[in-house]
Amino acid sequence: MPDDPLAADAGRTRTGALPIAGRDLSLGRDGRMLVDRVSLAVGTPGVTALLGPNGAGKSLLLRMMAGLIAPDGGAVTWAGRSPDRARAHLVGVVFHRPVMLRRSALDNVRFALKAAGVPRSERRDRAMAALASGGLDPLASTPARVLSGGEQQRLALVRAMATGPEALLLDEATAHLDPASALAIETLVLKARDGGAAVLLVTHDLTQARRLADRVVCLHGGGLEADLAADAFFRGPPAGPARAFVEGRLVA
Amino acid sequence: MQDLGGAFGEAFRLIGAFDGDLVEIVLLSLRVSLSAVALAALVGLPLGAAVAVARFPGRMASIAAMNAFMGLPPVVAGLAVYLLLSRAGPLGDFGLLYTPEAMVIAQAVLVTPIVAALARQTIEDLHGDYDEQLRALGIGRTGAVATLLWEARLSLVTVLLAGFGRAIAEVGAVIIVGGNINHVTRVMTTAIALETSKGALNLALGLGIVLLAIVLAINALAGLLRHSVAESAHA
Ligand SMILES: Nc1ncnc2c1ncn2[C@@H]1O[C@H](COP(=O)(O)OP(=O)(O)OP(=O)(O)O)[C@@H](O)[C@H]1O
Ligand SMILES: [Mg+2]
Repeated sequence: MPDDPLAADAGRTRTGALPIAGRDLSLGRDGRMLVDRVSLAVGTPGVTALLGPNGAGKSLLLRMMAGLIAPDGGAVTWAGRSPDRARAHLVGVVFHRPVMLRRSALDNVRFALKAAGVPRSERRDRAMAALASGGLDPLASTPARVLSGGEQQRLALVRAMATGPEALLLDEATAHLDPASALAIETLVLKARDGGAAVLLVTHDLTQARRLADRVVCLHGGGLEADLAADAFFRGPPAGPARAFVEGRLVA
Repeated sequence: MQDLGGAFGEAFRLIGAFDGDLVEIVLLSLRVSLSAVALAALVGLPLGAAVAVARFPGRMASIAAMNAFMGLPPVVAGLAVYLLLSRAGPLGDFGLLYTPEAMVIAQAVLVTPIVAALARQTIEDLHGDYDEQLRALGIGRTGAVATLLWEARLSLVTVLLAGFGRAIAEVGAVIIVGGNINHVTRVMTTAIALETSKGALNLALGLGIVLLAIVLAINALAGLLRHSVAESAHA
């Protein structure tokens, strides 16, 4: 969120992080190409849905874009430069299985603020405000690890958003959630988008993609099959794996 | 040799009456071993955590070395510290030989590899789960070491208890560098060895019972902690 004071006074913001761009990304393991020359950039405010069957390489692609695993071929850049630690707070990541620190929900958020260089005196109020934005304020002092799966996922998103990121990379943030919890997450995502964030959202939920996405990227067998505006994609996905995936047919 | 029943009775009387000699010896033992474990924690915990998180050439070799030194025989640790502290040794000028400080050093040498190796294992397991999350939050290596030490705090307390159990029960290192001098460097294990060899079973048994109680209490505590670690892992 460029106009967000959170990012500005974090003290580490030299330049921004957008666009987050992967060029010709390849990743192989044991002689298998898991991601095969994929180019993808998210740079403008909006939600990009990353679709594809299990094992398509979505999570690997997201982790490469987040600068967490190095591609074997190609390169990831944030605003034209290699990802670096000093800008990590500008790129919020939520994993498929959220990792909660063994401390209270509030302290989990405070930890992220501290890592982002937010002065100690401001952390508490900001963390409380972030929790409140996700409806988690009643659970502020609860140990994060005893929260329910849905609450933990919401906390993970709140923690990633607390530092005022320009980009959010979300890996199945609403998997296994009941409709109300999923809605709470979607509301947060839309709030980030409206604040100017670029969101990359891995999801298996096509109705969710329809609700949220401006753009749809489809991955299959490690390769990029489609990259279209959302309405174009849902009106008529390109023939082949992408259409088969949307129509729910078995993708071989 | 006195009859055993009488010796036990006398031993419990010494404990119940807080016999001066017995209390002095127990307190010195606790002071020495607690100080040694504190030193070992100061060095071993960050060392173990750093090795768990860092990637450097020779890493596997240093892990193997830490694991091997876990089995360091106490007499060898004692001998090594003796050579360092003796008049002719490199640290001879400090005049530490046959003082409680020498015993602290010797036990710390014994316990540090245990603490470091067990901490390394604990932190490495945790690091597997936390690594990407911490990096995503912008935490570097040093920050990760500090964070993981705190996240693993319960498990690490059991590691320190294991180290303390080893220190308080060993005799070989303290007898070599301490010399078992009455009222100066006599601890539970060396006193038990001496009194038994003299045939004075009262004090030996009294100290043996106290030592046993301490060791049992430590292990019970460690067991309880492990239980709650397992619980919190499921939470
Ligand atoms: N470290 C690894 N070593 C070997 N293979 C791996 C490794 N990590 C992932 N893979 C393989 O890469 C492929 C893509 O994995 P990825 O997790 O990106 O899939 P995904 O699209 O996120 O699937 P899902 O929808 O099930 O989450 C899978 O076939 C997986 O088995
Ligand atoms: Mg995945």
